[in-house]
Amino acid sequence: MAIATATEDEAVASPTRAKVSDFLTRNAELVITPAALLLFGLGLALLLSNVELDFTETRQLNWDTTSRRIWETVELAAASTVLVLLIAIPAGILLTRPGVRKVTPAVLSSASIGQAIPAYGLFILFFAWMGQGFWTAVWALTVFSILPVLRNTMIGVEQVDAAVIEAGRGMGMTKLQALVRIELPLAVPVILAGVRTALVINVGMATLAFLVGGGGLGETIFSGIQLSRNLTVVVGAATVAILALGIDWIAAIAERVLRPKGLRGRTSPTDTANPI
Amino acid sequence: MAEPDQTTEESGGGDAGGPDVVAAGAGTAHGSDEIMIELQEVTKRYPGSNEDAIESLTLQVPKGEILVLVGPSGCGKSTALRLINRMIEPTSGHIIFDGEDVTTVDADHLRRRIGYVIQQIGLFPHRTIADNIATVPRLSGWDKQRTDARVDELLETVGMDPSMYRDRYPNELSGGQAQRIGVARALGADPLVMLMDEPFGAIDPITRDRLQNEFLRLQQELRKTIVFVTHDIDEAIKMGDRIAILGERSRIAQFDTPERILAAPANDFVEDFIGSGATLQGLSLERVRDVQLNTDYPVVRHDVGVTEAQRVLETSSEDWLLVLDDDDRPARWVTLDHLDRTDKRLIENGRKVTALAEPEDTLRDALEEMLLSNAGATVAIDGRGKYHGVIELETLMNVLQRMRREAKAHYARHAEPDTDDTSVDA
Repeated sequence: MAIATATEDEAVASPTRAKVSDFLTRNAELVITPAALLLFGLGLALLLSNVELDFTETRQLNWDTTSRRIWETVELAAASTVLVLLIAIPAGILLTRPGVRKVTPAVLSSASIGQAIPAYGLFILFFAWMGQGFWTAVWALTVFSILPVLRNTMIGVEQVDAAVIEAGRGMGMTKLQALVRIELPLAVPVILAGVRTALVINVGMATLAFLVGGGGLGETIFSGIQLSRNLTVVVGAATVAILALGIDWIAAIAERVLRPKGLRGRTSPTDTANPI
Repeated sequence: MAEPDQTTEESGGGDAGGPDVVAAGAGTAHGSDEIMIELQEVTKRYPGSNEDAIESLTLQVPKGEILVLVGPSGCGKSTALRLINRMIEPTSGHIIFDGEDVTTVDADHLRRRIGYVIQQIGLFPHRTIADNIATVPRLSGWDKQRTDARVDELLETVGMDPSMYRDRYPNELSGGQAQRIGVARALGADPLVMLMDEPFGAIDPITRDRLQNEFLRLQQELRKTIVFVTHDIDEAIKMGDRIAILGERSRIAQFDTPERILAAPANDFVEDFIGSGATLQGLSLERVRDVQLNTDYPVVRHDVGVTEAQRVLETSSEDWLLVLDDDDRPARWVTLDHLDRTDKRLIENGRKVTALAEPEDTLRDALEEMLLSNAGATVAIDGRGKYHGVIELETLMNVLQRMRREAKAHYARHAEPDTDDTSVDA
């Protein structure tokens, strides 16, 4: 509890270990997830080393190929998520401004179309337009996952207590100052939740990138299906699952670290020193 | 209730009524005659509406005074307040601020010169208490050292230990603490003017009372010009140097000091609004030291003997005799019955005196004591407890009649054509 009252400087200088353990006890699920994933991954590796693989299986499941495909999946997810952030956050902010509100329903419904079209169809549409390649897959993923970030940005900005903005404006903040200093920081938790959703969607959906020559773990799974190698399918799918859960875990940590102080709600007004 | 004849908006008829009423109220300043805030026929009509939300509002607030805007919900009192710092832009009319027409100046800069407190407080939850209080100093470009010093000074002003609260976050504060920080934040860059929109509205009654008293004490030192909005007439009477009672579309039904509004409501609307408690409220504005006490009451020192006591009581028209102790402090109430029945010493006979009022007590306190007392009277004492006189129901009724008479006389004077320059302080 000493930590709660320590000033910034002291907190940095004093044992970070105490801080970390404090953080972990408050966020137990953040410890359980990686432990489970690690166990799952080890089990998978143990399984593979104990099974006699035939030629096709060896070709699909050797470490070089698998690690390349994992990396491709990460790249696809990262690139599409960055694009989503660049598009959806500014758009989401803009759509909450009074002058632009009229078009908000129209924009929201077109963003929903992106998610309503089956992902498969979306990849084919972008293939027809852009041909084969990494960026075709990235754009398809971007369109597919733009809605959660757009919607959460809007909700995040709109849910900011009107009284807080009123107080800020009433004290002489300009509209831009109120946006940057009040609305956005207070919207961060909700926006981050949307980003996390988009990230997980992108990792999962990146398995379809092989359809347009975008690579990724989808190739492992698909070749397993085509060649009737069940083990290959299972290993591919399991790897995607571990990857998605792992990235979600990283996002969960980011979410907690980036949440503004004062919104963390760990302290309650139980102060008795000054009873009013 | 006598109907005082005075100019009112309702009876004055039509639009011309508004400014007249204001003229009647203004001019009789407690403090300086310098006008800090002035609204000149300010009107607000929202786009798409064919009715004014605020209809030609004209107001003057003298420097260093608290003006309370009070009225039923929906009368536009908050809108009127928000017109002053142009959170709402007026459709027509002028806003004069310390002699300067600010109707069209940059609103953001104007607001940095005006403290603003709202009911929901609106502390920034993601910023520390210190950062919250430093909002306006930082917007105004103060350097860090000056800002930090100011933050600590303000925390002390509102009675919160800087070292304890500086680095906390708003979610660690109770409602009353948060409201104090709200006030400290509004005082950030030492504005001349504060606008307060139901600042104590969301706080429990006991804490509210405490915060009101604290705030009034603070105002004694700070002497800010304050416009205060509330829907609670009791709060208005307590806080206001002057009160503007607003009716529909913020038309001023009466604009005057609390004393005169209570003593002489301008019309039925005001009378309804201040309610049946107005008389009692009026009593709470007068203090015991200011009233004519009844000093003819039968009183004896305890050592005069029973026969003398009997004689005094028999020659008076009262039923009770007040017995004082060695130090002239009121001790016992006795009746002839008491004196006949026992041969106890005077100091032990009868009933103990419980209803006491000191010079600083209000007449309302005195009345409450009186209702609980055996003799139906409150004994006024001086600061050291010595007998001063007796307050009876009649005493209070005389005070109420005097208040009404004075208010009537005031309005009679102002009903005459030449209403300028009347610095009457009743």
